Amino acid sequence: MTPHCLYVLRIADTSLILAQRLGEWVGHAPAIEEDLGLANVSLDLLGQARMLMSYAGELEGRGRSEDDLAYLREESEFLNATLVEQPNGDFGQTVVRQFLVDAWQLELYEQLLESKDPRLAEIAAKAVKETRYHLRYSAGWLVRLGDGTDESHARVQDALTRLWPLTGELFSTDEVDREIAQAGIGPAAEALLPGWSARVAAVFAEARLAAPVMTPFRWHGKQGRHSEHLGFVLAEMQSLHRAHPGATW
Amino acid sequence: MVAAAAPIGAEPPPAMLAKLRLILAGVPDPEIPVLSVLDLGVVRHLRERADGTIEVGVSPTYSGCPATPVIKADIVQALTRDGFRAVTVDVLSPPWTSDWISEEGRRKLVEFGIAPPAQAVTSARQLLQPDLAIACPRCNSTDTKKQSEFGSTPCKALYRCESCLEPFDYFKCI
Repeated sequence: MTPHCLYVLRIADTSLILAQRLGEWVGHAPAIEEDLGLANVSLDLLGQARMLMSYAGELEGRGRSEDDLAYLREESEFLNATLVEQPNGDFGQTVVRQFLVDAWQLELYEQLLESKDPRLAEIAAKAVKETRYHLRYSAGWLVRLGDGTDESHARVQDALTRLWPLTGELFSTDEVDREIAQAGIGPAAEALLPGWSARVAAVFAEARLAAPVMTPFRWHGKQGRHSEHLGFVLAEMQSLHRAHPGATW
Repeated sequence: MVAAAAPIGAEPPPAMLAKLRLILAGVPDPEIPVLSVLDLGVVRHLRERADGTIEVGVSPTYSGCPATPVIKADIVQALTRDGFRAVTVDVLSPPWTSDWISEEGRRKLVEFGIAPPAQAVTSARQLLQPDLAIACPRCNSTDTKKQSEFGSTPCKALYRCESCLEPFDYFKCI
């Protein structure tokens, strides 16, 4: 695969796996409003993943469809950020993960609006509007929980401490990023850090949360090396398609 | 999802265009059936291809909205019923905005009990600003409270009126 194709697929996979994780909440959220909220965010992410994945398939040029890429790849072929495959935990942990990713996606899509690749710029223009709503939702909950009771504060602070080391990957530039940034197709991972940091710091202050220090710890999901959790996500997501190849609704 | 095709074909003659629009005005949005697909502003162009096929450009409201494939199938079905050969193509850019809901559509939303988008989306930045006062579609009071950022469909938020105490859907600005 070319760097261009890999770059698009990484963004697509991150959306798809997070959509699948959020889907696990349906019927289990603490209130009907949050059930709807998480399901709607999941749907948007799935829609964005489909646009990006179809495009990645075209860039690859081997005739693979969005479904082929979603259902027929193995764990090591998925290029999502390790953060999004982490288990949902409690509602607070899901909110923390969502907030960290929403703020990152917003920065990414805003920068992709300037992409020299018109297709990517077009997808970003659609996605950026939805992502702003997602961030409003997750930031709103983060403030309510962080600045809430002692219990809710302790839980989201704890989740933040656990998930924070995984954010390092979102901003670590590799060879693919470098080539893409040079070609003007999209920002390198590190170019998203200043905007993201400013956004999350403002909400942390309002939520009375302490941002842990950024450690040199790195995961490598975007290079196909994942945590132990992704296999289980894929097992569930791909089971129907594997049992009934080519099944459609 | 199919990429937006380059413009092919020409604007149909006025009489045909009027007929096509009349047919599309009878195609309801599957989630909010008081609105037609024209009221919703998702029909972006109507063209007649060289072989006589009518091409309808359709924009999704939200990228994950499950109603989009249904809307496209309904459009083709309605046009076919009236003797046209029709296809839809996806139009992604510029992205759909709630500003494209027609005046007629806004009036129908209120009658149906859904508060229409409160303002024109001049800049997407305003999405991050505090909420505007949303008028209750039942009693018109602006003493209303947001219950949830997301309602029964991706395009709506859930509100409650503090005056008449009724819950209602609000069509979000996007």
